[in-house]
Amino acid sequence: MSESVQLQPGLKGLVADWSSDQRAFKGVPWGKAMMWIFLLSDTFVFSCFLVAYMSVRMTTMVEWPNPSEVFALEAFGTPVPLLLIAIMTFILITSSGTMAMAVKFGYEKNRNVTFWLLIITALLGASFVGMQAFEWTKLIQEGVRPWSNPMGAPQFGAAFFMITGFHGTHVTFGVIFLIIIAIKVRRGDFDHERPGFMTGRKGRYEMVETMGLYWHFVDLVWVFIFAFFYLW
Amino acid sequence: MSETTAHDAVDFAPPAEVGEMELYHAKTWIGKYVWSQDAKVIAIQYGITAIAIGLVALVLSVIMRLQLGFPNTFSFIDPSNYIQFVTMHGMIMVVYLLTALFLGGFGNYLIPLMVGARDMVFPYLNMISYWVYLAAVLILVASFFVPGGATGAGWTLYPPQAITEGTPGSDGGIILMLLSLGVFIIGFTMGGLNYVVTVLQARTRGMSLMRMPLTVWGIFVATILALLAFPALLVSAIMMLLDKLIGTSFFMPAMVSLGEQTAYDGGSPILFQHLFWFFGHPEVYIVALPAFGIVSDLLSTHARKAIFGYRMMVWAIVAIGGLSFIVWAHHMYVSGMNPYFGFFFATTTLIIAVPTALKVYNWVLTLWRGNIRLNVPMLFAIGFVFTFINGGLTGLFLGNVTVDLPLSDTYFVIAHFHMVMAVSPVLVIFGAIYHWYPKITGRMYDDGLAKVHFWLTFLGTYAIYYPMHYLGLEGIPRRYFAYGDTAFMSESSQDLNAAITIAAIVVALAQLFFIYNMIVSYFRGKKADPNPWEATTLEWQTADNPPKHGNFGPELPAVYRWAYDFGVPGAADDYIPQNVPPKDVKKA
Ligand code: HEM
Ligand SMILES: [Cu+2]
Repeated sequence: MSESVQLQPGLKGLVADWSSDQRAFKGVPWGKAMMWIFLLSDTFVFSCFLVAYMSVRMTTMVEWPNPSEVFALEAFGTPVPLLLIAIMTFILITSSGTMAMAVKFGYEKNRNVTFWLLIITALLGASFVGMQAFEWTKLIQEGVRPWSNPMGAPQFGAAFFMITGFHGTHVTFGVIFLIIIAIKVRRGDFDHERPGFMTGRKGRYEMVETMGLYWHFVDLVWVFIFAFFYLW
Repeated sequence: MSETTAHDAVDFAPPAEVGEMELYHAKTWIGKYVWSQDAKVIAIQYGITAIAIGLVALVLSVIMRLQLGFPNTFSFIDPSNYIQFVTMHGMIMVVYLLTALFLGGFGNYLIPLMVGARDMVFPYLNMISYWVYLAAVLILVASFFVPGGATGAGWTLYPPQAITEGTPGSDGGIILMLLSLGVFIIGFTMGGLNYVVTVLQARTRGMSLMRMPLTVWGIFVATILALLAFPALLVSAIMMLLDKLIGTSFFMPAMVSLGEQTAYDGGSPILFQHLFWFFGHPEVYIVALPAFGIVSDLLSTHARKAIFGYRMMVWAIVAIGGLSFIVWAHHMYVSGMNPYFGFFFATTTLIIAVPTALKVYNWVLTLWRGNIRLNVPMLFAIGFVFTFINGGLTGLFLGNVTVDLPLSDTYFVIAHFHMVMAVSPVLVIFGAIYHWYPKITGRMYDDGLAKVHFWLTFLGTYAIYYPMHYLGLEGIPRRYFAYGDTAFMSESSQDLNAAITIAAIVVALAQLFFIYNMIVSYFRGKKADPNPWEATTLEWQTADNPPKHGNFGPELPAVYRWAYDFGVPGAADDYIPQNVPPKDVKKA
């Protein structure tokens, strides 16, 4: 090895490249790398939840309720299956779009547009949580509880409240941080590299992207929850 | 490559890719030593807390041994207490002592120094990590004092009995235990993300991954394992808390308890076992891999010889890490799961023995014809190799389904895992503390006391655990308060138990030498040389001893070679530090 960056072909070169000097991921800031690894860990959390849900769904001796009926919503006098959840999913996916745009405008240092896109994302997220609260209320009024369920297996309520609750908590934290980041953008913290209130770290527009990673992840997880809970 | 060196050494270190990191320099004493953001101070906070709670677990084990060695003698131990002590002993040792000490303690101290960083990448988060860990420890300790006492579910916390009336501590104890685990995992995640990102993204110029000391490799891979394994424990803790607190039935089947039908129905106790061991087996390697890494560096440094097969050692660590996620059900051969599972998991378990054995061979080959200096860290390191081989061999027995079935839940298992994951890592911890003590405190420990500590601990643990293999083969079950008159137990087994207890007391008392030595040497020890072991890695090349906040002088060191240039032909000294370029090496 010398000054040249010529890599050997094959596995040796691959390893040399990955283990190369100073940084394994070139050009990736620390915060972003950390978020990726956190999300990997969080993926395992959600996977365990979903596997547990599938497992109790198979072990319980009582009939599992039919999701099309349970999650139907009365619209114009007829029950429409999965109506609410379709809207919720649509909203969350839209918010991913606005988030992605916020990242783009952030790197262009367009403070105003970034701020509003972040706020829209936060509002969409908040309305998602609101609708989830509505759905919980509806199920609770119909008598579903974590420990019992008039429509069938008690594990239905248990798994549903636990997993959507855990996901909803993620969304809520996301909304809070979106608002914090939006305020930072508005104040121009990222343009002036103003140190953070607690950490004392200089602010940078990368933080918008790091936030975005988290937000997209929460969306993606929702798609899986949606598929396993509502479509199965 | 130049002629004087055997391995990759060049005169060139690439220019820095990122600017210097911003450090927050605290001005007050509290900011420097209490709410500290310096990884070295955090490391010591982690270390002292872990050792303190570990001593509680040690005392518990002595109480257990007193009961087993001399039944009907101590009125303060009743059967409920006994099983509570077993549980708390196991959990504290595995999670709150070993995991916290290796990753939070050694990880924090060594990673930034060894890779040439000024600190962890996110010092603030790192600080929070310690305080959350401390909270977890305090919650755990509180569980001794709630009504009903600490949980007696066994460290595996298997439902249904963990949360069913009749098990000691099934009210407050188990709740606090699960809570404490959850808090621990949150705190650990904050620290763990830091360790991983620091290794990946914040190395100094010239420090490629394949030049890192094996200590860093071991801690790095163990941290990744922990970040991926703890989620399973977190999820099972949450689900069990829900079962306990609001009456869901995730893990609880329909059953009769104390003569009454419980409200639970339709849950799966086996699910818990799968989740628990999906965490539990990698956990074994979370404490083993850092030990592997550290011991490699101790052996190499004190044998004045390059580690044998560095690249193989790295790949073995990575391979063991990967494989450790697909062997978990070897803990469940007697759980009633599908027998084909047993076949699969026995196979993977035996496969993992291959890279593990490879490491053992490499350690022995590192010693082969080395210029061995029997310093105290080296004694512990060699002790580790012996103990680990012992424990590893019995692991092969237990990994096979048919052999495991009769041995399951006997003292053979206790003997096996204490050898392999209790005594072995603890020996490395002692070796590592003695090795880095001069760096951490700037003073030397007392050599005589340390040798006494080593011999009593090393021989003592063999006196404790060797006989347990025989007890196990006789079928004597674990987690029993007393055995009474049982036909299959030979009469002499009670004598053996008494002997084991005496050995355990000796070993426990021997730790006083260690504690005394650490405290007194801190104040009275003789001033240590900055590099007393003539080691090559960066932490020994710091401007100040002990290193100040920011670790290195005004300029970060650049790295020109791997970490194991001992006895390089043609060089004047028998070691060349990593930050010395070939052109500056003194010729013989
Ligand atoms: C002098 C040191 C030690 C002694 C004398 C000792 C002794 C014991 C005893 C008597 C038991 C319970 C046996 C039974 O009734 O089932 C036990 C269990 C256990 N020990 Fe240790 N031990 C020591 C150190 C350690 C260390 C360092 C670890 C760290 C891994 C450890 C991990 C465990 C675990 C996981 C259990 C199983 C707990 C359970 O069954 O739930 N021990 N030990
Ligand atoms: Cu295992």
